[in-house]
Amino acid sequence: MSTIDVSPVASQVGGESAYRIVNDFSIQVATVNGSGSQTANNVLMRSIFQMGVPVSGKNLFPSNIAGLPTWFTIRANRHGWIARKKEIDFLVAMNPETAREDVMKLEEGSAVVYDEPLKLNELRGDLHFYPVPFDKLVAPVCPEPKLRKLVRNMIYDGVVAHLLSIDLEEMRKALFKQFGPKKVKAAELNWNAVLAGRQFAMDHLRKTDPFVIERMDKTAGKIIIDGNSAAALGCIFAGCTVVTWYPITPSSSLVETMIGYLKRLRHDKKTGKATYAVVQAEDELAAIGMVIGASWAGARAMTSTSGPGISLMAEFVGLGYYAEVPAVIFDVQRVGPSTGLPTRTMQGDILSNAFLSHGDTKHPLFFPSSPAECFQMAQDAFDFAERFQTPVFVNTDLDLGMNNWMADPFEYPTKPFDRGKVLSKEDLDRLGGFSRYKDVDGDGVAYRTLPGTPHPAAAYFTRGSGHNEKAAYSEREDDYVNNVDRLARKFETMRRYVPKPEVDINPKARIGIICCGTSRWACEESRDQLLREYGIETSYLRLKAFPFTEELSQFIDQHDRVYVVEQNRDAQLLCLMRLECSPERIAKLRSIRYYGGMPLDARTVTDELVAKEGL
Amino acid sequence: MSATIPAPPPPKKVNRIGLDVLPYKGSKTTLCAGCGHNSISERIVEVFYELGIEPWKVAKMSGIGCSSKTPAYFLSQAHGFNSVHGRAPAVSTGALLANKDLIGIVVTGDGDTASIGIGQFIHMLRRNVPLIYIIENNGVYGLTKGQFSATADVGSTQKSGVVNQLTPIDCCLLGIELGATLVARSFSGDKKQLSTILKTCLSHRGLCVVDVISPCVTFNDHVGSTKSYTYVKEHEVPLQDLSYVPYYEEIHVELEEGEAREVTLHDGSLLRLKKLGREYDPTDKLAAIQALHQAEKAQEVLTGILYLEQGRDTLIDMLGLCDEPLASLGEDRLRPSREALEMIMEELR
Repeated sequence: MSTIDVSPVASQVGGESAYRIVNDFSIQVATVNGSGSQTANNVLMRSIFQMGVPVSGKNLFPSNIAGLPTWFTIRANRHGWIARKKEIDFLVAMNPETAREDVMKLEEGSAVVYDEPLKLNELRGDLHFYPVPFDKLVAPVCPEPKLRKLVRNMIYDGVVAHLLSIDLEEMRKALFKQFGPKKVKAAELNWNAVLAGRQFAMDHLRKTDPFVIERMDKTAGKIIIDGNSAAALGCIFAGCTVVTWYPITPSSSLVETMIGYLKRLRHDKKTGKATYAVVQAEDELAAIGMVIGASWAGARAMTSTSGPGISLMAEFVGLGYYAEVPAVIFDVQRVGPSTGLPTRTMQGDILSNAFLSHGDTKHPLFFPSSPAECFQMAQDAFDFAERFQTPVFVNTDLDLGMNNWMADPFEYPTKPFDRGKVLSKEDLDRLGGFSRYKDVDGDGVAYRTLPGTPHPAAAYFTRGSGHNEKAAYSEREDDYVNNVDRLARKFETMRRYVPKPEVDINPKARIGIICCGTSRWACEESRDQLLREYGIETSYLRLKAFPFTEELSQFIDQHDRVYVVEQNRDAQLLCLMRLECSPERIAKLRSIRYYGGMPLDARTVTDELVAKEGL
Repeated sequence: MSATIPAPPPPKKVNRIGLDVLPYKGSKTTLCAGCGHNSISERIVEVFYELGIEPWKVAKMSGIGCSSKTPAYFLSQAHGFNSVHGRAPAVSTGALLANKDLIGIVVTGDGDTASIGIGQFIHMLRRNVPLIYIIENNGVYGLTKGQFSATADVGSTQKSGVVNQLTPIDCCLLGIELGATLVARSFSGDKKQLSTILKTCLSHRGLCVVDVISPCVTFNDHVGSTKSYTYVKEHEVPLQDLSYVPYYEEIHVELEEGEAREVTLHDGSLLRLKKLGREYDPTDKLAAIQALHQAEKAQEVLTGILYLEQGRDTLIDMLGLCDEPLASLGEDRLRPSREALEMIMEELR
């Protein structure tokens, strides 16, 4: 339970809690997957959000369709900290399989709403227990026995609403929004379950725990969205025309959401015809192959996958690098190959993406940390891929991709598409011809033409690494070296175009913290903990892309010790920095890693940093 | 007094769009002298020249292998893509999605298609991607010096004497079964038949699979091979005498009743199939499959148009794509309005 941010109240009522913890705790709902709990959880989260309290929702789910344990954790935090909170303060124990372990893990003083027959109150004496007879309550509100399993979960929303003082009207709005205008009847059925739960709580439960939600104004205008949906929207507003994919958790919802929005946004009003193509490929090999073919022929093409798919794409990505074909690849990172832990999060593909394929290959990576950045970087990625005629990776992860995030609404893009150096028929008329792989402008980026360009000099022959400036087949040493040296120059040019890191220099700090992607949220909160609990001043740099920029070197130079925080075992981000930094800078780098598959939390960062500082 | 007037140079021979043959040719082949693949490249040059197809409308696609090198040897004014081993179907599919107006010609080999790329091949069939997909089939891996491919017949031998015991994959059978809408088999040595089949493909809308037995003179032309020139010449059984009249030419020849079947192709060109010996209906899927199985038993190499289905939706139709190629759409058509984004944001609040 939270030991800080306690706001005492003036009077103590009866045997109730002497103090209250307002808008700073976590609620965990333990259920069985396939039981429809997702709806109840989203309604609960959205109700708190609508009360103006910053929230985050993290779904911990199994790789399974129905019947296995799943946990949904909502964190409400009045300061706006939305990283995962390690400790659970308020448990709703709906799953008999895990209830015992869930309760035993709680810290003293936590609260537990549970299904009465489980008798969880017998396990411990230091918690606040609230038994609820769910089966008895659901029968009268849901005459149809088949639906009871689903409706049952809505009862805890009513119970929790009462116990935490959540505004019932907000919950009603959230519920009807969740079901939408087409499912009003289902919404009403569920709403009655909420009311039944609330009535029971009012009549039978006496609140003894300190946790309370109070109205604030910190979420006005904000939206709730997952990173995959945000990325999907970004791709659409970037003018993506070809999407090819193979289903894989946790990336599938990116393309599935995109299909939904494409149907809405990208059909010609007059003809009804589509300005996009989505193809579910037979595997990730075919998915990236189609992207390469489509981009080669001038489309804005993308695919979305996760680690195992990335492995299959390796050969094609190398071809994309050497043949200089744009491609946008979303990698919603997860843990490990095979059955692995496909439903857990990780920043585990940083190194494999950066150098995917064989020979001398290196690729630009973007690291979005939030839905807004998923939306923005999706657009940046298409411009970047076409500007530099190369595959670009957007490295998100399961935590960002699949969880619900409170976010600022997305800004409408005003920058025109950058289609890169493409010669038209008119250009060729003027120039007379071109050399496909010649560095005309000195930036390493050559000009290309698209198939179908009606000009006798437009055509060139595309192949892998063995070609000269004119795209003719060559195995000559000088041609090869000339080409890969130009590719290296192109990579250097990219440094001027990648999104710059977010930097917060604290003049009093001798310690710097560096991270990328979703590690942001834990790091930002950890800086607050370090300052308030230990008096440690820190500076902060969040990388948004690879290749790195001069801001990174400057940041390291300005600090004595720099902690690189990341979510993998082998310090992949730090390894990448080692390859680009001088020995003096490398000597300042320290590593903080978490790799258990859960979203990173601030306490883990704080504890580790403090230990490494010898405090 | 007599003056010598130099004779004007003979007028250049040009096709119906005014191009001479040069833009239809490619760079010099680097394949072995006598390789069947070179004959196929020559047929492609002739056919595209003869029909007066703008070379720049063509995308020449391939995977990896001897066969996949050949797009460099024809249509120098067409974009070409020598991609990844076995993956020409995916790259070609992508290219056609981006620009449905391209004439996609894919050249692969039996290793490319029947082994490493069989998965992609099969799914391309299912999608009926509008492509001309040529398999230069020699039953052997040439670039890696003579290993069996998956199309090698049972009992066929390698040069070293090793005998193939594994069931061969018949790409035409797969094509018929899984969704190609024009399936043909030919022999690189049969100029007329191969040319007519290629012309027919150019007039067809849908996926054309053309399996061309194309002997490898270096690794698979010996006694004991079922893909040698000698073997194929001795065992080839052409199903039809094929002739083709392009849509832009008038049809002169009158046909006698029952002598031949005529098919009007998608672009209005005419395909005439005159029977040779046995009855064969290329629109009858079951009969086609049966004929191929029987031919295998009888050690015959059936050639000709094996299967033809017109009017079925291609991938482009199924996706309901707009009339302009996706690659040529501008920002005005692709970026939804500010109001659209605001409405979505409102829904998420």
